[in-house]
Order: sequence, then structure tokens, then C-alpha cells
Amino acid sequence: MKKEFYNIAKLVTKNSKILDVGCGNGELMKYITENISKDIRGIELSKSNVQKCIEKGLTVIEGDAEKDLKQFPNSSFDFVILSQTLQAFLDPENVLNELLRIGKKAIVSIPNFGHWKVRLHLLLKGTMPVTENLPNEWYNTPNLHMCTIKDFENYCKQRNIKINLKNLKFQNLFSELGIFILEK
Amino acid sequence: MSEKNKIKTLLVKKPLKLDCGQTISNFPLAYETYGKLTDKKCNAILVFHALTGDQFASGTNPITKKDGWWNYALGPGKAIDTDKYFVIAANVIGGCMGSFGPSDINPETKKPYGTNFPVITINDMVNAQYNLLEHFKIEKLFCVIGGSMGGMQVLQFVSNFPNKAHTAIPIACTASHSAQNIALNELGRQSIMADRNWQDGFYEEQNKQPDKGLAVARMAAHITYLSKAGLQEKFGRKLQERDDLKFSFDADFQIESYLRYQGSVFVDRFDANSYLYITRAMDYFDLTKKFGGNLSKAFEKSDTKFFIISFTSDWLYPTSENREIVIALNAIGKNVGFVEITSDKGHDSFLLDVPDFLKTVRNFLNKSYEKI
Repeated sequence: MKKEFYNIAKLVTKNSKILDVGCGNGELMKYITENISKDIRGIELSKSNVQKCIEKGLTVIEGDAEKDLKQFPNSSFDFVILSQTLQAFLDPENVLNELLRIGKKAIVSIPNFGHWKVRLHLLLKGTMPVTENLPNEWYNTPNLHMCTIKDFENYCKQRNIKINLKNLKFQNLFSELGIFILEK
Repeated sequence: MSEKNKIKTLLVKKPLKLDCGQTISNFPLAYETYGKLTDKKCNAILVFHALTGDQFASGTNPITKKDGWWNYALGPGKAIDTDKYFVIAANVIGGCMGSFGPSDINPETKKPYGTNFPVITINDMVNAQYNLLEHFKIEKLFCVIGGSMGGMQVLQFVSNFPNKAHTAIPIACTASHSAQNIALNELGRQSIMADRNWQDGFYEEQNKQPDKGLAVARMAAHITYLSKAGLQEKFGRKLQERDDLKFSFDADFQIESYLRYQGSVFVDRFDANSYLYITRAMDYFDLTKKFGGNLSKAFEKSDTKFFIISFTSDWLYPTSENREIVIALNAIGKNVGFVEITSDKGHDSFLLDVPDFLKTVRNFLNKSYEKI
């Protein structure tokens, strides 16, 4: 399992009620089910990933986070997880609002466009950065709304969303990924 | 052994109050079982059949000598593995495979009930079948499962008996029959009633059968079970054993011939009045009615884990209607999974060899069984 998932799993509390939005093949859900809380379910768009979740015995709903979160009542989950998909939504602002509505806390991870490798790539090569974390070219990337950790922090500040973030300057330059706990 | 003796029946002695107001008792409920019940009685699955199904879900139907209607999904080593699970399937009341139905003899008149048979509902069907749990002394079913009208029974069962099934798999169904569904059923019923042999439903005592009407009803319904793409791929404009059009009303096209065949074999195995009664039960089905239009309330007391399945090309009970059930369950925080299977086989997908569907059912059942 990738390191990001261990770090996300550390943030959820024992036996809490969790929704994993865009749960992929269910790897993180499986880890959490076996180690932290059985009360977890996922939403996933890809049919083949949905099948992989079912094979793992996980509760999964085939659906689109941009449309299908509205069916969940306010504060119906202790944690709502969104791993590296925020930037791929057509309307990330709406998705964030929904995450904070249905979850008491939201755990959101984003690829950091402010990482020094990204900055250097653009500065020296003058082309759109392609890195390990951002492997696609500009014409086929699913990422519609790239941002830096600093952008994300500004966004949360403006909207009075509580965000746990220390050493902003350091993180914005040296973290390829930002993982945050958000609260309204 | 005569044909009728191949049908197992439970005589339900307890009175059952029907939605129409009448009470029935001492009525037969025909059923079949597959596999073995474990000592702890924790591996029982109740299978509900669709409009024209019956209790013979697997193996060979001893009456029609045809394959059981769910042979692809149900049997030893199959998705619903009868080497592992004990499967019970009953014929719905109103049906014509041994359960109390309109062709039964009315003890008062000594003639078949015909249209004097009480109008039954999905709720009545489910309440009748609940007697099987008591018969087999099963405290809690491992699963209730069914497609189409079978799915409606699954939903009704969980609503009526919220703590009697660990898991529920409603497939390709709806919580409330739509205007289009009702319209299509009405077309079938009118076709039967327009057949002069129908005789207001008392055809049996006159040794008549409204075969033509029933066949047309089946033909119309059969189209709704398939998808446009599926039909086009299978038949297109192919001609039936001829090189060119005959400029007549013969079955020039293969699709015509196919539908005529479907109609003609159907009348050999199905009773026209049963068709009227069962389609009526489907039309009356609206699980939200008792709950002020709020479907969530139908499941409020349930501790059942739901898994809902729809098919991409099913336009009779489309994904959107199946999703309504998912939404209602999520709204009250129930445990629900949902998947839409890609298939061009239309509504009939759940009855056919659709590997993704069968794999999904198998995985869900086996993984859920590990946890109970």
C-alpha cells in the first residue's frame, strides 16, 4: 500500500464511521476495515474498481462524487476521505462543500504544484511539469484544477474552513503531497 | 409419479389477511429447495421469482422439462452456490405452478376461481412466503434475492421483516411501479381480455384457453425485456428462411418469427388469469405508499445489508429507479452497496449468462457469508 494511505489511515479514529470518496480498488478501505474501523464504505466511478472492491468484501456504491454526495445527510460520517482527486473534479468547490457537509471532518490530499521539482521543471524547461506524482502530459491529464499547498490554505482561510497545517512555507516547497484534516 | 406430485407444497393453515381485505387460509404454497441447510440454519437464501418464473429456479423444471429459470446463477458451484447455501424458492400466490392461484378449484362452486380469485399484491406474496421460514425453523435468512418482480419482493420482505435477513440483493427492480411499467402491463392484460376465449376469466370451466391473447401479451412483454441494441445485433433485418420479402403478413423477419415462437411456447406453461393477477400485483406495488411517499421509512427498522444491482441497457427498470433505492437507504445511513453492470441484454440480463453480474453476486454472497 502506498505511503499516503498509511498517513491517511493514521488520521481516522478507531471504530469511526467513514466514507472514502473515490475509493479506487479499495486498498485503503481494506486496510482501515482490518485495522481501524469496520464502519467504512466507498464511492467509486470506475466499474472495474467497483468490482475489485466487491471482491475484497467492501461496501461500495458505484457513483460520481460530483453528483452523488447529496444523498448523504448532514454530518452522517465522522470522516470523509478524498485522496488526490479534488483537482480532477469539474467543480471542486462544490465537492469540498459536500465533503464538509456530510463529514464531521474531511481528510483531503492534493498533489502539490508548489513542490520545488515542479517549480524547477517549469522554470528551466519551460514546459508543463511531468513528475512521479503528476505523470501526465498537459493534453491528457485528468487534473483540471491544480493548486499548491499555499493556494489550498488560502482557499480554506477565505472560507473559514479549519485546516491543520504546520510550516506552510516548508511544506509548500518540499512536500509532493499535502494531506489535510478539514473542519467547518 | 404424476406431474403434480413433483411439486412440493406447504399447506399454509394460518389465516393470511390480504391487502384487498379478504382473508385466505389452508392454501397451498408450492416451493422447491436446493442444497442443504446447516445445523445452525445460517446458510438459507430465499429466492423470489419474477413475473413468469416459478419455484424451479435451478436444474430441470420437472413440469415443463425446461431448464430452471435461474440456471445460470443458481446451482452447485454457481454464483449462488447450492453446495454451500440452502436455497428456497416458492411459487408466488396467484401463480400457476402449484401455489394458490386463479386456476384452483373454489370449494364453494366446485369450479376454478377464475376472476373470482382475490386480487393479490407483492405484500401478500411475501407474507405468504414468510411461512416457509417457520416451516424450516429458520430464525434469520442469510440472504433474500430476486430480480424484477423478485426484486420488489426482496424490498417488501425487508420492509415487512426488518430483522429476518442478513443481506438483501434486489436486482433490476423498482420501489414503485412507474406509469410506463403499468402501461406495458395493461397492454398485456387487454390483449388477454380481448381474446374471445378468455370468457371474463371463466375459460377453464368452458374448456377454452385464451392462447392468442396470452401469446400477444408475452410477445409485447418480451420486447421490453430486451434492449434495442441487443435486438439489432441478434436480428437486425434478417429474413426468416427466405431470400426476399413475401409481400404478405407472414413472419418475413427473424424477429417476428422469434416473437411468435416466444408467444407460442409461453401459453403451454402459463395461465392467462395468473398473468392478469401477477401483473396487477406489480402495478399495485409502491413501497412508499404506506410511508407518505418516503421510501427511507420503509427500511428504517431494518438491520439488513443491501446490495443493489442494475444493468446499463435495462430500460424497463432502469438504473435511475434502482438508484432511488440506494439513495433512500443512504439517507438513513443503512449499509448499502450498488453496482451497475454493463450489458446489452436489457432487463433480461439478470437471467442470462452475464459474467460480470454472476461474478458480482458470487463475490458479494461469499464475502458476506464469511462475516455472519
